[in-house]
Amino acid sequence: MSHIESPPSTSRHPIPMDASGFEPASRCSRRVNVSHSERNVSRIAGAALLLNGLCGPRSTRPLSLLSAAGLLYRGATGHCHGYEALGISTAWKDHADEGAAAAVPAQHGVKVHESVVIQRSPEDLFQFWKNLEGLPAAMRHLESVTESGAGKSHWVARGPMGIKLEWDAEIFTEGDHEFIAWRSLPGGDVDTAGSVHFRPLPENRGTLVEVVLKYDPPGGKWAARLASLLGVGAEREIREDLRRVKALLEAGAPPTVNGQTHGRRP
Amino acid sequence: MSSMMAVCYRGAGRVDVEDVPRPTILNPRDAIIQVTATALCGSDLHLFNGFIPTMQPGDILGHEFMGRVVEVGPEVRNLSPGDRVVVPFTIACGRCFFCQREMWSLCDNSNPNAAMAEKLYGYSSSGLFGYSHLFGGYAGGQAEYVRVPYADVGPFKIPDGLGDEQVLFLTDILPTAYMAAENCGIQPGDTVAVWGCGPVGLLTINCAFWLGAERVIAIDHVPERLELARRHGGAETINFEEADVHETLRAMTGGLGPDACIDAVGLESHGHSLDAMYDKVKTSVYLSTDRIHALRQAIYCCRKGGTLSIPGVYGGFLDKLPLGAAFSKGLQLRMGQTHVHRYLEPLLKRIQGNGTPGFDPTYIISHRFSLEEAPRAYEMFNTDKGHCTKVVFKPAQAV
Ligand SMILES: NC(=O)c1ccc[n+]([C@@H]2O[C@H](COP(=O)([O-])OP(=O)(O)OC[C@H]3O[C@@H](n4cnc5c(N)ncnc54)[C@H](O)[C@@H]3O)[C@@H](O)[C@H]2O)c1
Ligand SMILES: [Zn+2]
Ligand SMILES: [Zn+2]
Repeated sequence: MSHIESPPSTSRHPIPMDASGFEPASRCSRRVNVSHSERNVSRIAGAALLLNGLCGPRSTRPLSLLSAAGLLYRGATGHCHGYEALGISTAWKDHADEGAAAAVPAQHGVKVHESVVIQRSPEDLFQFWKNLEGLPAAMRHLESVTESGAGKSHWVARGPMGIKLEWDAEIFTEGDHEFIAWRSLPGGDVDTAGSVHFRPLPENRGTLVEVVLKYDPPGGKWAARLASLLGVGAEREIREDLRRVKALLEAGAPPTVNGQTHGRRP
Repeated sequence: MSSMMAVCYRGAGRVDVEDVPRPTILNPRDAIIQVTATALCGSDLHLFNGFIPTMQPGDILGHEFMGRVVEVGPEVRNLSPGDRVVVPFTIACGRCFFCQREMWSLCDNSNPNAAMAEKLYGYSSSGLFGYSHLFGGYAGGQAEYVRVPYADVGPFKIPDGLGDEQVLFLTDILPTAYMAAENCGIQPGDTVAVWGCGPVGLLTINCAFWLGAERVIAIDHVPERLELARRHGGAETINFEEADVHETLRAMTGGLGPDACIDAVGLESHGHSLDAMYDKVKTSVYLSTDRIHALRQAIYCCRKGGTLSIPGVYGGFLDKLPLGAAFSKGLQLRMGQTHVHRYLEPLLKRIQGNGTPGFDPTYIISHRFSLEEAPRAYEMFNTDKGHCTKVVFKPAQAV
């Protein structure tokens, strides 16, 4: 989830970019991808290696110094370049720990901010998103959406590890062909809110689609454990879903090799 | 009835001909083609020799193929069963940002494994037939039948009167050669040097002359291929095992160097110099992925302010790439998988000729095999470059 600060857009925004009422995740919190307990281990191991690097056998000194620097950095900043390169984060463990003690505070939900450029008009895209029941065809994380009229709908999503999540939602504001924002109604398995904006790009470059989603599990039944589980891979899943939407709307169908012929697999 | 023969990857150095289910339509824009001719390519050797990751045993190979349409999906309105078509090896949707700008091999929508390619390359390029899961995992065309996605965009109808062999190379290597030469921005009077006299290099020599090159100098170490470059391309040649390439090029160009250099060798470059040995060791213990002796030499030999065009395929991480030389001399670098769709019509016209005799690319073909002989053909094309320049398989006999 890379969020790039951009100058204010020239298009009219009757509501802030993030219609669901939470600020986009800050750069800083995203960089933390090492849990507290691991950070402590890193600090201790880093210190030991530093000692070896300074006073230990000459042959192992340079290596120790290098590793020590890495571990100390990781311990101090909670950021591990190695983890980042591998796309690993263990920081979610912290949310689970804290969440178990307190009700999940607002800033502890899972936030996803993804964007994609699609070679269709904002009108086409607006129509696509307004047809909520059509979303699961392209979005794998959704199992079904049933509209019950008056902007209300029932959502069933595939949670992590096959957990089924259900909630009722309403579209609470929309701007003609520019944005749609929705939020869940009380009583569902998760509190969720989201918005999607459509902004035409210059010189026939298509339409910029920006999606902001937030999942906030209520206390009780699933509690914060779910938040952490949801967080793992949520971004990746939304990105893949948007890729499929793009392919559906541009190419008529997402590309597939599922069910194609092949030779003997070992 | 519902099975067919297909050439399957079994692991590095091994292909088998297997009985597999026939392909079926999976998307409304798909078509099924009965393959009448399909060729073996230097790119297939990169797979065969295990240089391209994410191949799985059982993957059907082949990306140069043509044939007859036997079935079309509901959204393919420009083709009907019976049409005779050549199929570009790059799979393109025709409607994304890149396709709309004729950058077909960079299509945004055709790779089902785009996330995997994004991890490795930052962004994903198009899907390719029979070219590993990184490029979509699409079943290839060295088979009796093949499924062609976005069939309303890719397949190109061939008029009667032209034989399969005359047009088969429109699927890949003729457009590749043309784009390689086009990327050089050839000016009248230019000297172009081409590394590699495989099928791609040979056709590149022809294309460079079409585009106005004054001289083409071809470099390889296989005498038979150098002979083809002289006889069918009108190129001057250098055997890199007999002469110092840089010194020879320098002498041939009055100390200036070639105006453009083309690397038509790719990531399995040979050589006996220190750097080539170094590559061989490093790639064999997986410390780097590509052997780039020819590429280094092309950068080194190019004249100041010249252009380096790279049709040869590279897949991963290149070690000891002399970027300093390229920078100091202000070279331009152009490369990439070919935007095949762009070149189909103009190159077909060249083959047809316009009252004059058309271009006949069949001089590169050395062997014609049945599909069953694929294992032997791969082995031969890989090791016996002197006798084997291009293999064509004929899975179904044209009616
Ligand atoms: N860009 C594209 O879209 C595209 C399309 C088709 C093929 N290719 C690539 O083009 C390359 C050539 O394909 P091909 O079918 O002609 O393959 P090939 O293996 O038949 O030819 C390669 C030639 O290079 C010669 N060679 C090896 N080392 C050399 C060196 N150091 N200096 C000069 N010559 C050297 C070999 O002797 C051989 O004749 C491959 O990398 C292939 O993958 C790219
Ligand atoms: Zn090829
Ligand atoms: Zn496309």
